[in-house]
Order: sequence, then C-alpha cells, then structure tokens
Amino acid sequence: MWHAAGMGNAAPVTLVSGDEELLADRAVASVVSSVRAAEPTAEVHDLVGAKVEPGELTRLMSPSLFGDRSVVVVRNAQDLTKDVVTETVKYAAHPSDDVTLVLVHPGGVKGKALVDGVKKAGAQVVTVAKLTKAGERIDFIRNEFRGLGRTIAPAAAHALLDAVGSDLRELAAACSQLAFDTQEKTVGEAAVARYHRGRAEVSGFNVADMAVEGKLAEALEQLRWALSTGVAPVLIVSALAGGLRSLAKVSGAPRNANENQLAGRLGMPPWKIRNARRQLNGWGPEGLSRAIQAVATADEQVKGGGTDAAYALENTIQTIVHSRNGR
Amino acid sequence: MDVFDDLVGQEQAATVLRRAAAAAAEVLAGGRGAGMTHAWLFTGPPGSGRFDAAKAFAAALLCPDQGCGHCDACHQVMIGSHPDLESVRPQGLSYGVKQTRELILRAAGRSTMGRWRVVLFDDADRATEQAANALLKAIEEPPPRTVWLLCAPAPDDMIITIRSRCRVVTLVTPSSQAVAHALVTRDDVAPGVAESVARAAQGDLARARRLALDESARGRREAVLSIPKSLTNVGECIAAAEKLVKTADEDAAAATAELNESEIAELRAIYGEGSTGKGLNKGLVRGGAGALKELETAQKSRATRIKRESLDTALLDLMAFYRDVLAVQFGAPVELANGDRRAELEAAARASRPEETLKRTAAIMRCRERLAANVNPQIAVEALTLALWKPGN
Ligand SMILES: [Zn+2]
Repeated sequence: MWHAAGMGNAAPVTLVSGDEELLADRAVASVVSSVRAAEPTAEVHDLVGAKVEPGELTRLMSPSLFGDRSVVVVRNAQDLTKDVVTETVKYAAHPSDDVTLVLVHPGGVKGKALVDGVKKAGAQVVTVAKLTKAGERIDFIRNEFRGLGRTIAPAAAHALLDAVGSDLRELAAACSQLAFDTQEKTVGEAAVARYHRGRAEVSGFNVADMAVEGKLAEALEQLRWALSTGVAPVLIVSALAGGLRSLAKVSGAPRNANENQLAGRLGMPPWKIRNARRQLNGWGPEGLSRAIQAVATADEQVKGGGTDAAYALENTIQTIVHSRNGR
Repeated sequence: MDVFDDLVGQEQAATVLRRAAAAAAEVLAGGRGAGMTHAWLFTGPPGSGRFDAAKAFAAALLCPDQGCGHCDACHQVMIGSHPDLESVRPQGLSYGVKQTRELILRAAGRSTMGRWRVVLFDDADRATEQAANALLKAIEEPPPRTVWLLCAPAPDDMIITIRSRCRVVTLVTPSSQAVAHALVTRDDVAPGVAESVARAAQGDLARARRLALDESARGRREAVLSIPKSLTNVGECIAAAEKLVKTADEDAAAATAELNESEIAELRAIYGEGSTGKGLNKGLVRGGAGALKELETAQKSRATRIKRESLDTALLDLMAFYRDVLAVQFGAPVELANGDRRAELEAAARASRPEETLKRTAAIMRCRERLAANVNPQIAVEALTLALWKPGN
C-alpha cells in the first residue's frame, strides 16, 4: 500500500488522508510517477492550500488545447477557503481526462466538507494514518526492505526499531542505508549494530558542528544525547578537534581561491571546504587557537580520568563557543 | 683497556663499576666483597648509554678478568649470547606481569659458568605496577648468585620500593666533545661533521650517530627546525602539526613493517607449518591464534612507542632551538645546539622577548607530557604549534 508506484493509471481525483507525512508524500509521489510513466512531459503544479485563489484550480484543470496532461497537487488541503472547496468538490464530480488532481488532507475536522464532498464525488481515497503500534512499524520496516529487494531478519528489525525510534522518515532512511551497506540478501542483527555504531559516531560530529557554529544550547543538548547513547568521550573530542582543524586549515587559505583548487592542497573535499568557509563566520585566529588548545586539554582530561568526562566536554564546548568572537 | 673504556663521557660511573666488578670477583673467590650488591639501577638521560653501561658491567661480572673486552665471555655478553645473561628490552609501551614472572624464573637458574646469573632489564620503567611488584619480590630475596641490572631514565621512574633496594648508577649527558670523539674514532665520521651532529644531538650518542650516518634523519631534523619560522597563521600551524605527526607515523611504519612480518613468519613456523589459505589464523594449530593475537598486540604497542619516540625527538630538537634563542637573547656564553643556524637564531631572538621564548619552551614540555599521557598526537601537536606561533594564549 505504501508502494503504489507503478500502479498504472491514477484516478482522476485522489484524496490522501492522514497525518503520516512520509506516507502522504509517498502517496503523492506515486500518483505523480504513474502519470509520468504514461506521459513523461506531464506538468506538475504543486500548491499549498492556504494560497490557492478562487478560480485558480478551475483554470489549471480546464482541458488544454493540445491535450497535454498535468497533475495538480494541493497540500494542506484543510486550509482551502470555502469558495475553493465548493469549486473543487464540483470539479471532482466531473473531472477532466487530462488532469490528475491530488488533495492532501491530514485528517481531522478542519476542511471536512472537502473530504466528504470529494469522497461522495467518487475520489480515490488513500489513508496514511500515523503508525501507533510497534507491530505496524515492524511491518513498515519489512516493507521497506521488500521494496529495496531485500529482507530483514525479525530480530534485526526489532533492533533497528529500538536503535532508530518511531519516526518513519528516519526509519526509512535507516532501511535504505542498511540495504546499501549490506551485501547479504537478508539484513541481520550484526549489520544493524554496525549501522548504529556509525550513527553514534555521527552524533559526535553534530556536537562539533553546533559548537563551532556558536550554538551553545544545541551543542550541549547534542552532547548529552551522544553521551547518553554511549558515544565514547574520546570520539567527541576527536570530532571537536576535526571540526576546528577544518576551520583552521581553511582560514589560512586565500579567501578568493576556488574550493576545487584548494581541495588538493588542504587535503579536504570541496564540500567540506565550503562548509568550513560558512562556519568560519565569527571566528578569528586567536579564538581558533584558544579553542584548539581547549580541545587538547579536554583530551588530556578525558584520558587522564581525573575529571568527569562529561564535565570536561561541557567546559570545552563552552570555551569553544566563547572563543568565537571574531578575533 | 677494559669494557668500561667504551662508555662515552661516563668516567665517574666507570670508576664505580670497576670497583664493584673487583668486589664481585672477591665474592666469587670467597671473600666479603664489600661494594657488590644484587640489584642495580642504571639511570640517565636518553642517549647517555644506560643499557651500554649495564651491559659493560654484565661483561665485567661474567668475564674471568673483570671485563677485559676481548675474551669469549665479554664477546658473548656484547652480542647477547652468553648463557648466564638474560637480556630484556621491552618493545612495547609496557611490560606485563606474565613476562616478568617468566623472567624471574629464568633468573633463578644456576650459573652455568660458575660465576653469576645476570639479568639485564632495559627500560624497566615500562614494567606495569603488577610486574614491578613481582620484580620487587625477586629483588628482595634473590638467589645468592643472581644480579639484577635495571635501566630507567630516572630513579623516580621506578616504584620507590624497588628504587630503595637498588644501588643507583647515575649516568650523565656526555659532553659534545666526548660524543664527537666517539664518532670520529669508532664510526670514521669526519671531525667537522662529528662536532656539528654532537652539538645537535645534545649529548645523545645514538642520535648523534644517526644524524652523522643517516641522511634521512638529517633531513627530518632540518624539516623540524624549519617549523618555527613557518608558523605565520593558524592554517600553517595546523599544517606543520600534520606534517610532524605524519613523519612520526612513517617512522613507526618503516621501523616496524619488516620486523612485524618476520615475527609473524616465525610464529607461523612454530604453530602452523606450511599452512595455506586465507587469513592469518588459517591453518594454525591449537594455541596459534592466541599467540598470534598476543604478538599483534605487542606489535601495535611497539608501533605506538616508536611513533611517540619519533615525535619526542622532534620536540627535543625544537626545544633545543628555543633554548638557543633564549641563550642568544640573554647573551649567555653557552654552546649552542644549533650553532650552524646562527643567523636564524638571532632573527628569532630579535623578533620576540625572552618571556615568550620561555612560554614556548614550556609549551613544548607540556606537549611532551600530553603525549606521555596518551593524548591524541595530532591534537597535542596542534596545540603546541599554535602556542609556538602565539605564546601569549
Ligand atoms: Zn673478558
């Protein structure tokens, strides 16, 4: 049901109803792709409910002279004005052959007239309610893998759900990453554990990014989260050092030099140079120097075990953020 | 002429050791032998020749002629093949209790030549706490003819109980004249070069020899000494740190690669004759996998140590540079380690104040402490180059 793509002919009017955004997006995408499969040049108008003017839909959905196909998507359809709702319901009863209309409604009372009206007019309804039960999420994970031509062992699916949490977007991203990283047809627990470790390391980089961008509260929050998920303090120190190192390297390079040219000299990929240039905003040489010294002290403290590692890291992040004073 | 003549710049220690060797001979002859004892601790700065001094003493104990330097016993001690000599040089960062216990067992054996059983334990400061405790017991109640010769940089590198049971032989940093003389007479180094590298090595004979004979060591030193003037901005500091650490990595890799392979081959010869197939463990007989794992851990530890030592050498070169700068700033009439870079030293001296130079040397000491405390080398060295650039921070 979530993999509606390739279903062939889309209904002239589709109502996507429910509050699970990922599934709603996918339902819309599958209608668009089934139209495009038949007519690659079909035009797509992606509208937001609150901004649709009376008469706009009628204009967009009137048959074209040349018989061109088009798709009109209205997201947040609960925000359509009363006049536009009337206009839409009237259209739904006699839809054009050339146009495919997709209405996205989150459910709920607001805009119920639209929902009832188009249903009565015979629109196809796709329900995308939030998954509330663990079993449903497990099914979701298994479906994801099936869609990717893989299977996942039941224990591994549970481990993945535990590691990632209930956000479907994150789950979907995790599934596709796992399928990409794993050679075997069936993804097992070991692969999930590996994936989780990788993510834990990423969280160290998040801490570093927040810190060098001067976002103290976010950096500290990320730090606590990382430590609570078992990321080793030395990994966070090394991420902080890495972040500041990139800034320092780029700060020494000529400002007008091209990123691709610098890449070889600095030993950094162009995107990282671009990122560092953005993050350098607010940094001066003295501050960078002080921040890097603080990281060395932190590494010493974390390894010496004399100081509480969490405390040492918090202190370091504060020093880093306060060193970002343009000097 | 005796084995102690070969010690460079250690006249005082040689006197003590000759006297002890005579006392030891007296013991063997049934006398009282005042001045001979069962546990010795040789200490001295890097390159002062702790191990050489201990080895010379071992030869003096095992030689019928108190270390003549040319008999079979002396020769066997020098090449490490004497049956009554147990020689230990820890390769890794630490020396464990299991190895130490085995060593103690071997040390307790009877002397085959009817003289002494000598244990030569280099870098004994690498013994773990447990190992040191095991060692302590052995030293406290030694078999009558066993002599322990421990080597460590400084007496306080050893736990106090061991230190207090050992007679300490303190070696000094040899003068650069003594080092230069040794290079000229033993290694055929041209006098001018010998003097220059002896000053640069600051009394470390092994390092001076390396600088005199190994061109790449000289090149590396040049690169290190060009660092101070390259530090013109944050980016350069980071780049210089990266280069330093990379060089140390390469040193470690070069020094260990060959050794590692031959050790693994040797182990395979013991545990898995002629086995084929994938993976190192494949075909090893029982116990082989464990032994291999142990070996790999030891090899890793050794690589870390070599890397650390290589970095430390660079730091000592930098230290000497700034000490020279300070000497120039104060107009102190001392021998400069980098006398051949006079113009550069003077420029650096003019461009900064003595307080800054002192801060720079303090930053180098701090970096050495951090490396010893297992701080990530790159992070520690980055903090250093930044402090060298702007010592005010
Ligand atoms: Zn002899």
